[in-house]
Amino acid sequence: MAPKLDPMIGRYLRTDIDGVPHRLYFEEAGQGIPLVCLHTAGADGRQFRHLMADPEITSRFRVLAFDMPWHGKSTPPDGWERTEYRLTTQSYTAAIRAFCAALELDRPAVMGCSIGGRIVLNLAIAHAREFRALIALEAADFQQPWYDTAWLHRPDVHGGEVCAALISGLIAPQSPPVNRHETLWMYMQGGPGVFKGDLYFYRVDGDLREKVKGIDTTACPLYLLTGEYDFSCTAEDTTRTAAQIPGASVQIMKEVGHFPMSENPAKFREYILPVLAKIS
Amino acid sequence: MSPADRFAQLPALLSADRDLLRRGRWLTADCRIDIGNEPFFLGLRDGALATFDRGPKLMRSSVFAFRATDEGWTQYWKPIPEPGWHDLFALTKRGAASMDGDLRPLLQNLQYFKDLLALPRGKA
Repeated sequence: MAPKLDPMIGRYLRTDIDGVPHRLYFEEAGQGIPLVCLHTAGADGRQFRHLMADPEITSRFRVLAFDMPWHGKSTPPDGWERTEYRLTTQSYTAAIRAFCAALELDRPAVMGCSIGGRIVLNLAIAHAREFRALIALEAADFQQPWYDTAWLHRPDVHGGEVCAALISGLIAPQSPPVNRHETLWMYMQGGPGVFKGDLYFYRVDGDLREKVKGIDTTACPLYLLTGEYDFSCTAEDTTRTAAQIPGASVQIMKEVGHFPMSENPAKFREYILPVLAKIS
Repeated sequence: MSPADRFAQLPALLSADRDLLRRGRWLTADCRIDIGNEPFFLGLRDGALATFDRGPKLMRSSVFAFRATDEGWTQYWKPIPEPGWHDLFALTKRGAASMDGDLRPLLQNLQYFKDLLALPRGKA
C-alpha cells in the first residue's frame, strides 16, 4: 500500500537576520501566489497545516509557513544561552523580510495570526509596497492585557502547561476537541521563556495606536478577521482598529476563537476562501 | 436552581470524572471559591475533594480564592457560553470575577482548575 503523505514539504533555510546567521525551518505546499503564514506567539508553523493540505488553496497559492527563530524547529541563534529572548517590532519585521528575500518571493501575500496579525499591521504601515495583500487574523492596534506574563517562565510552574492552559480559554467552545488539543499541544512544546518573550512585542513594544492611521490600503489591500470568542483581541478591538484604516476589510468570525486556522480549520475555511479569492 | 446550589454538586461531579482526577493527582491545596456571595471551601488532596464546605466558616484559611458573580457563573455554565463569558480569564477581564491570595497552586494546575470549575456546565 502506498504511504499516506501530507502534501507539505519541510526544509531548513540559512539566512541572516539583522546580520546574525539563522537556520529557519519552514514548510510549503502548492504553486502560484506566495502566501507567507505567521504563527501565533509561543507556537510554530504547524498551525497552518490544514491550509497547506487544502487543494482549493494550494492550486492557486504557494503556501509557506516558517517557524520564527526560537520556535518550533528553527534553532535559536548561536549564544542564545546567554540572552533573554525578547521579540520586538524591529526584530520581527526583519525576520519576515529576511525570509521573503532569501526565498526570492515576488510580492508575497502575508497572513499572520495574533502577534502575526499585529506585525502584519506594521508591515502595512512600513512596507506595504513589498506585499500583494496583507491578512491580519486576531489583530488590533492594541489590546488590554488579561494576565501577568511573569507566570509564563519560572521554575515552580511548568511553562508549557501554563501557557497552554492560559490560552485554552481563547479557543471557541464549538471548536472540535481534536483540533483544540492539537493547538494546545503546540503551546506545551514551546521553549522556556519563548512565549513570554513574544509577548514583549505584543504588550510593550508593539503598540500601534495612532500609527495604523497611516496605512494606505491602495498600496496594499488589508483584510482583518477576528473570531468572536477571542477575548484577548476582541471583535471590538479589531473593528476599532479597522475603523481607523480607510479601505480595510473587516470580518468577525462566528464560533471561532483566537486560533482560527488550527482550532477549527473547516470553519476558518468558510471565511478565508473568499478573501483568498479576492487576492488571486 | 441557584448558582450556589449548582456548585454544591461539585463533589459528585468530580468523583465521576476519572480523567480530571488523574490530571489533578499532583495537587494538594485548600482554596476558596465564591459563587456570588456564598463561599465554598475546597480541601483538595491529590486532585480529589477531601473536604467541601459550603457557607462562611470562622477563621478558615485558604491559599487562594476565586470569586465570580452569580451572573458570571450562570453564564460560564451555559452549555455553550456566550463570547466573553466562556473562560475564567474572560470573566476576570470583564470584571465579573477576581482572584487573590497565593496564585501559585492555581497557575501550576490551571487547566485542572478551569475544568473543575466548569463541571457544573450544562448540568442545571
